[in-house]
Amino acid sequence: MSRMTMIQAIRNAMDTAMGRDDNVVVFGEDVGFFGGVFRCTQGLQEKYGRHRCFDTPISETGIVGAAVGMAAYGIRPCVEIQFADYVYPGYDQIVSEAARIRYRSNNDFTVPMVVRMPTGGGIFGGQTHSQSPEAVFAHVSGIKTVIPSNPYDAKGLLLASIEDDDPVMFLEPKRLYNGPFDGHHDRPVTPWSKHELGEVPDDHYTVPLGKAAIRREGADVTVLVYGTMVHVAETAAQETGVDAEIIDLRTLLPLDMEAIEESIKKTGRCVIVHEATRTCGYGAELAAIVAENCFYHLEAPVIRVTGYDLPYPHAHEWYYFPGPKRVGDALKKVMEAA
Amino acid sequence: MSDTPPLSLYVPEPEFRPGDKPDFSNVPIPQAGAAMMPPVDVDAGEIRDLAYTIIRVMNREGEAVGPWADMLDDDQLKEGLEDMLRVRAFDVRMTMAQRQGKTSFYMQCLGEEAIACAFSKVLKPGDMNFPTYRQQGLLLSTDYPMVDMINQIYSNAADPLMGRQLPIMYSSKEHGFFTISGNLATQFMQGVGWAMASAIKGDTKIATSWIGEGSTAENDFHAGLVFASTYRAPVVLNIVNNQWAISTFQGIARGGAATFASRGLGFGIPSLRVDGNDYLAVYAVAKWAAERARRGLGPTLIEHVTYRIGAHSTSDDPSAYRAKEESTSWPLGDPVERLKEHLIKRGVWSDAQHHQMKEMLEAQVAEAQKQAEKNGTLHDGPHSSAATMFDDVYKEMPLHLRRQRQEAGF
Repeated sequence: MSRMTMIQAIRNAMDTAMGRDDNVVVFGEDVGFFGGVFRCTQGLQEKYGRHRCFDTPISETGIVGAAVGMAAYGIRPCVEIQFADYVYPGYDQIVSEAARIRYRSNNDFTVPMVVRMPTGGGIFGGQTHSQSPEAVFAHVSGIKTVIPSNPYDAKGLLLASIEDDDPVMFLEPKRLYNGPFDGHHDRPVTPWSKHELGEVPDDHYTVPLGKAAIRREGADVTVLVYGTMVHVAETAAQETGVDAEIIDLRTLLPLDMEAIEESIKKTGRCVIVHEATRTCGYGAELAAIVAENCFYHLEAPVIRVTGYDLPYPHAHEWYYFPGPKRVGDALKKVMEAA
Repeated sequence: MSDTPPLSLYVPEPEFRPGDKPDFSNVPIPQAGAAMMPPVDVDAGEIRDLAYTIIRVMNREGEAVGPWADMLDDDQLKEGLEDMLRVRAFDVRMTMAQRQGKTSFYMQCLGEEAIACAFSKVLKPGDMNFPTYRQQGLLLSTDYPMVDMINQIYSNAADPLMGRQLPIMYSSKEHGFFTISGNLATQFMQGVGWAMASAIKGDTKIATSWIGEGSTAENDFHAGLVFASTYRAPVVLNIVNNQWAISTFQGIARGGAATFASRGLGFGIPSLRVDGNDYLAVYAVAKWAAERARRGLGPTLIEHVTYRIGAHSTSDDPSAYRAKEESTSWPLGDPVERLKEHLIKRGVWSDAQHHQMKEMLEAQVAEAQKQAEKNGTLHDGPHSSAATMFDDVYKEMPLHLRRQRQEAGF
């Protein structure tokens, strides 16, 4: 066991995968010699050589498209898009290609690849370094979408993603890279070394895709949440005193529907939280699933707490970010409903 | 069994990394004045050489020589020096302001000042630049108010962009400066589209597109070249080759091609490579290319060869990936020093005058900063009212957004 930040855990996952399997290769913008702008691939080129960890031209189409070709060949690329906001030139390769190759070739070709990307705001990154595009991936049939909320899960989920035989979008909440974020931007940052989920096994292990984790057991309301907002929801529950059951989805697709249904059948109330914009966000899917499967167990309307439907602003970042106050208000509101 | 040996992946590496002693003596630097100046209606195929050489005007003695010289008079040259010194003073102040926590982010263009400053002089009102984040010289060499730039950098109450954009991502239609995107290369293609619109409307305006050498790998660059070529768009396409894309050396984007300028030849676009640290050469080549666009002769591709002396941004530390002395060993020198030497050689400038101008500009920037700070800074505010973040997503606010604004308490 070691204390790791999320960056170290992600790096350790790639190191572990590359050490176990020569087929695993890592590439992207600035990931080689420098080790990535967030340093997630630091040391991998030195350890495994330039042919297994290298810099690419600035072309997301190229990075994803090359990964598709390599994966079809039979090796396992784990590529980095420098910011999730930059992924769109690679979107055609993800949606029209990676997601469909197994289906359209009837298993003749498959694409076991991982596309890693830092996601979310909270770092004054403005509209092009803050977006949370998970819904544009979760909407696509044929790819999996994963978002860890802590170092332990990050390593286990990334290893599971690399070993998975289907393409996986792996979104890393950049606000969590160096510590859990309770949503209070004006308070000192807590490091991962002070958090139990910063304790990470040195050896190989996986966290299975499609399994949610209950971060806090509670009787009154189910909070469906992932990534950065897991910690914000924990803060909100603590500050409001609402006995919330906080479910960290970890994987958006495949989704742990059983865990969701089981919890809501117990609590009868549901709040959904994400940082991404609201309209057609992943919360809409969650709300629909809850309505379809748990309607007769609900005692109150489902509430979504999300980013507003606008580009991520710079100066007004903390007005935009759905912090503990907004999540707490939703918890109270859902409890007040008949 | 195969009768050929096993393959291996080729991954290019820069010559020097931290700890190495950079030596650029093998980089061919053509003599100033050696490159010909073709007529503006030349075919790309007849000037292939210009895509592989470096067009230079100022020689090592500070003299302006050859066919691309003698386009600027003493006053214009002094103005050019003043523009570059203003940019440099501005960059120093704003980098410091970021360190002092007055803003979140800044990007300087140290060593690259000549390119935007000289280029802007060939543009006319109505022309439009589609810049990257490192062409602050396009604004600072015009009458765009420095205070407004700092207001934007500070995201303060007087920020013309309402605190919406990352610092330095200016926008001013009036000053021919298209709104900057944080997504690389997108503007390159848009400049071509803007130029096509000018042609569709029968106007006389031209556009310029800007891109870094690293971003030429993006789709938009290649799309820009093919559209510009096909429709003979009145656009000047600029590649600023400053050698480094964050930590990635230019060889990763260039691949097997000898130069970035030569990318244009396959599209039949006249393509020139110019010494980006030579104010006179940049001006001359820009003028030539703008003339082509204005006369309806179509696009020109220019590679400005320069060096990024500073970090990529205030979030970057180049000592982790490149040799410390690279910038001082870089063979094209400092654009400010070179123009200063040239003016001294012309007998119209002195060290004392230079010093005085530098001090005057530093005071000018300091004064603008003081004015801007009256409107607030990023971390201490004030900002535009938070309710305004819901404005301008659409021309008219749809119901769902009005409800969200209400929910937010505004």
